[in-house]
Amino acid sequence: MPVVKEETVAIGSDADVVLVRQRVRRRAQELRFSLVDQTKLVTAASELARNALEHGRGGEMLLQVLEEPPRSGLRLVFVDRGPGISNVELAMKDGYTTGGGLGLGLGGAKRLVNEFAVESAPGAGTRVTVTKWH
Amino acid sequence: MDRIPILRMGEFLLVTIQVDMHDQLALTLQDDLTAQITRTGARGVLIDISSLDVVDSFIGRMLGSIASMARLMNAETVVVGMQPSVAITLVELGLTLHGIRTALNVEKGMALLRAGAARRSRA
Amino acid sequence: MAVNLIHLPRILERHGEALLADWIREQLQSRSRTGAIKEGELREQCAEFLRLFREATTKGGVDMTRPEYGPLRELLANVSASRGAQGFSPSETAKFVFSFKRPLFMRLREELMRDPVALADETWAATELLDELGLYTTEVYQKAREAVIVRQQEEMLELSTPVVKLWDGILALPMIGTLDSNRTQVVMETLLEKIVETGSEVAIIDITGVPTVDTLVAQHLMKTVAAARLMGAECIISGIRPAIAQTIVHLAIDLGTVVTKANLADAFKAALDKLGVAQLPGR
Repeated sequence: MPVVKEETVAIGSDADVVLVRQRVRRRAQELRFSLVDQTKLVTAASELARNALEHGRGGEMLLQVLEEPPRSGLRLVFVDRGPGISNVELAMKDGYTTGGGLGLGLGGAKRLVNEFAVESAPGAGTRVTVTKWH
Repeated sequence: MDRIPILRMGEFLLVTIQVDMHDQLALTLQDDLTAQITRTGARGVLIDISSLDVVDSFIGRMLGSIASMARLMNAETVVVGMQPSVAITLVELGLTLHGIRTALNVEKGMALLRAGAARRSRA
Repeated sequence: MAVNLIHLPRILERHGEALLADWIREQLQSRSRTGAIKEGELREQCAEFLRLFREATTKGGVDMTRPEYGPLRELLANVSASRGAQGFSPSETAKFVFSFKRPLFMRLREELMRDPVALADETWAATELLDELGLYTTEVYQKAREAVIVRQQEEMLELSTPVVKLWDGILALPMIGTLDSNRTQVVMETLLEKIVETGSEVAIIDITGVPTVDTLVAQHLMKTVAAARLMGAECIISGIRPAIAQTIVHLAIDLGTVVTKANLADAFKAALDKLGVAQLPGR
């Protein structure tokens, strides 16, 4: 699957979460995603960036523009340096939270995109990959 | 911009969120609003989010907290102007903003607050 | 492709007028749809092709992906699009280019009679180039067709989901036909946008014309209702026929707090009540 463009956004503060939203929005607009799809992807990115910040002691987002004619897509990879998730299945459940939030982050983000994958191990950080196709 | 302005309209407070808020700004708004309700004795809070093109679970949670806190201080909260794409996304995310009243626009939100205030003063 | 055309641009230059005449005659003779294209229009397209073809081969060699071929590609795209719109088939459209081969090769042979090697090289290069250009028209033709189909599908979607204003503040969405996930999503978005546009506080979704409701469709309806609530509007679902009521109960679909009515009239009444509109006593 050819990656035609790539950029990285560091996630170290809540201002960076705003930056993540803006970058994802701009790329989604360039790819002419529908307004609803733009909103879904930006919202998912916001959830995942905040996760990386709050539970993962920060990290970064890798943004890739994919071309696979006739469709194009955006892939976002969130990598953090946190303690990792010991039970990914449990963390995906709505209502599961360790940070005092609503616990909608991972499971909610999954429902907003087309492809979703989590790789994590205790002590090794977490890597969440989401893709939305147009 | 490090503070979101709060306007006073009679016995109600009006907040128009026009910027993509970072989390700290949202928390500051929460503090400012509760302080203003106490100071002015406001009976209602109107939050206009028609300019927001994203509401994630953090902002959603903040709106819920504001409504709960305001209710404890005898003020009603109405969130107005949510865009269709934002509403669809929130539903998919699993966030229904339970316990928050909503209206299509500022005018209808004001009418809702007025009706509520009249009902409560009768009671 | 390393071959560079040496003689071709020169031949195009010297015999331009004659080539044009031969080519047009060729097309008029072989064409199946007599009179479908006016001769004047054909002459114009051919003359323009010759001019741009000469420029492109002079400056850009035989590689049609080079920028020198831009104007020629554009011309072919226009020709292809207009013929597609006139009802020509892809192969008829491609013949516009392929029919140029015979007149061109005749001139090449005349000019290069004494140099068989050059004749072979130039003919080979020219035939490859013209094949590519001909296939290009087919490609454009297909893309234009696909665009038409996509547009028609979208128009059908819009047509099949008309949102009507019943009263100041009351919208109705009569749904007809089978609901799939894609269509329901469009319906949902259209309804929510109309709610904002018209400032309507109540929307009636009438499913009288929907043959079956499965779990997925019910979920979509619930999501629409939830999204409308977030925006400050209420939905009423009407037209739940006995068979659908049975399915809903059998599938244990929870319609939760959604207001449902048996028919559109009852739903309209409920909507007026909700808005506090005083009603005249019924007969």
